[in-house]
Amino acid sequence: MAAKARTRPKAVVESTGGEPADTLRDYYERMSLVRAFELRSSEMYARAKIGGYCHLNLGEEATVVGLMAAIEARDYLFTGYRDHGYALLRGLAPERVMAELFGKVTGVSGGRGGSMHLFDEETRLFGGYGIVGGQIPPATGAALALKFQEAAGPDAAAVMCLLGDGTTNIGAFHESLNLAGLWKLPIVYVIVNNGLGMGTTVEKASAEPDLYKRGASYRMPGIRVDGDDVLAVRDAARDALKQARESRQPVLLEVMCYRLRGHSVVDPARYRSSEDTTIAQQSDPVPSFRAELIASGVLSEADAAAIDDAADARVSEAVVFADGSPEPDVADLFKYVYATPVANAPAALPGEPVMDAL
Amino acid sequence: MTETVNTSRTITYRQALNETLRAELERDEKVFLVGEEIGVFEGSYKITAGLLEDFGPERVLDAPIAEEGFVGAALGAAMLGMRPVVEIMTINFSLIAIDQIVNHAAKMRSMFAGQVSIPLVIRMPGGGGQQLAATHSQNLEVWYAHIPGLKVVAPSTPADAKALLTAAIRDDDPVIFLENLSLYSAKGEVPDGEQVAEIGKAAVVKTGTDLTIVSYSRGTTTALEVAHQLEGEGLSIEVVDLRSLRPLDRDTICASVRKTGHAVVFEDDWLSYGIGAEISATIGEGAFDFLDAPVRRVAAAEVPLPYAKALEKAALPSAADLARVVREVLNISSNDK
Repeated sequence: MAAKARTRPKAVVESTGGEPADTLRDYYERMSLVRAFELRSSEMYARAKIGGYCHLNLGEEATVVGLMAAIEARDYLFTGYRDHGYALLRGLAPERVMAELFGKVTGVSGGRGGSMHLFDEETRLFGGYGIVGGQIPPATGAALALKFQEAAGPDAAAVMCLLGDGTTNIGAFHESLNLAGLWKLPIVYVIVNNGLGMGTTVEKASAEPDLYKRGASYRMPGIRVDGDDVLAVRDAARDALKQARESRQPVLLEVMCYRLRGHSVVDPARYRSSEDTTIAQQSDPVPSFRAELIASGVLSEADAAAIDDAADARVSEAVVFADGSPEPDVADLFKYVYATPVANAPAALPGEPVMDAL
Repeated sequence: MTETVNTSRTITYRQALNETLRAELERDEKVFLVGEEIGVFEGSYKITAGLLEDFGPERVLDAPIAEEGFVGAALGAAMLGMRPVVEIMTINFSLIAIDQIVNHAAKMRSMFAGQVSIPLVIRMPGGGGQQLAATHSQNLEVWYAHIPGLKVVAPSTPADAKALLTAAIRDDDPVIFLENLSLYSAKGEVPDGEQVAEIGKAAVVKTGTDLTIVSYSRGTTTALEVAHQLEGEGLSIEVVDLRSLRPLDRDTICASVRKTGHAVVFEDDWLSYGIGAEISATIGEGAFDFLDAPVRRVAAAEVPLPYAKALEKAALPSAADLARVVREVLNISSNDK
């Protein structure tokens, strides 16, 4: 059965009034960068430069930009496997992200993690997790550590934990929200609800499809926001983070967006109805926001085109860098298995004897 | 010359664990304990007795029944530099948390190219023989011993409980710390002062020349009992206590078997694909030319462990089973002696 289209008004930024033109321009630059990066990732996958699984943020750019505009440098970010855009906007150079996708030693995780496992200690991007919901308990524990390490207040750090709509049905989600509510942890759980867990609609997967309501079981405020509205996403996420850092009140934030393409690069999404696909395309936040900024005089058509070209050029540089970077050295295969060296750690390659026969 | 004071006390395995947790909580403020019923209830097996009172509810943190949640939360806290020590009530319940242990704790350092380390200890008792029936009597340590990125230790004495737990807490990697229900009240000599074991090293806990018994945890106590018993029959048995299941000290095992020419593995887990299978393969590679008989394994019967005492007893490997197999390997009829 084809996925049922959700009935939601076409995306518009509610109002850009009062927002400085520079900020709006900056947000469009970021959206354009994510869009360009993801389109190029798709192309590089088709050209077999990228292996494994590859999940794109296409259609979710306003959500990505809004959330990353809200989070502070001192905060910790945990995400699922649809993580490229978040890594870019957390401040990681596109070169290092693309190199990771290419499996090169210059990648953010040295080529060991790939698309789903982007991690950067410096910018506090704490993964990149390939298993649905695997990030939720560790993110909750990071918030527990923050409670040990610093007092609540406006300058305190918080944790933002991203997850998909399908993730709200796993046990770890509920166990973690319970712990966060019980222990009063500084964390914001963000459900990036693109309406589909692979090919299964939210309505078909969740007995309570209004996912933000699930916070109620844990006395946690639940908020839903239009994910195609970059400013609304940013403001809602800021408010939620404020509650987390200042009052140690965990928050569940649901961001409604559309996935423009399939679950991963290789998924043609034939299960989607043409109506749903049409709505997703009409809701596409990148052209919407672009048109909005041109209509309101923030950008001229030429400005917008220049931004798109610059994003494209930036991504081209990343591809050249990734392509020219060396593969990881096989001699380093066991390098990161243990932090504390240990006696008798295995180091045999396939077929090598584990013991000398004497 | 420095003067060393060699004092020791005879205490239980439980007391050794309790004192070590206390000492590490005192030494390092980044250490905290988390688990079900470890605070007010003082632990299902009273390992954390008195610690809530002395260290408070933040550092002796009672968790709700949510193993996946609190094991994963401990992992996340470790990512930010804390040094959590988790108690899982029994190894059976660790399966609820296995995604966080195997898919996450074990992988993160490698997958993120060393950008993060996971100083996490997960303590849990295994073992049957207490009429707890099939779901509460398992020895699943081999599940964890199979996983690169984890370290798995299994002390058999109070002294090792102290030294290995200290090492585990100070280690920057995830360490599965295997305890055993039937060892908690076992007594032994424990040196005073700081003791830090080297993870990854086995110990020859009794020397001998005729046959090597390889075992770990509770099994080592049985192996020693049998070795001493057979000594009275004129047999010289060496006992290797693994202490660490990952990494595995293959050198110590093979060095012993090269000397004795005979080996029996005594293990509480099920036979197929068990710890003994790995030891046997290791001996096959590292001491084949020295063997005078095939390596034998004495392991649990491959059945979900029944409640009824008679069935439970029959299913679990005993001292008598081990003694019988040792004699078989040495080709000695028990009537000869």
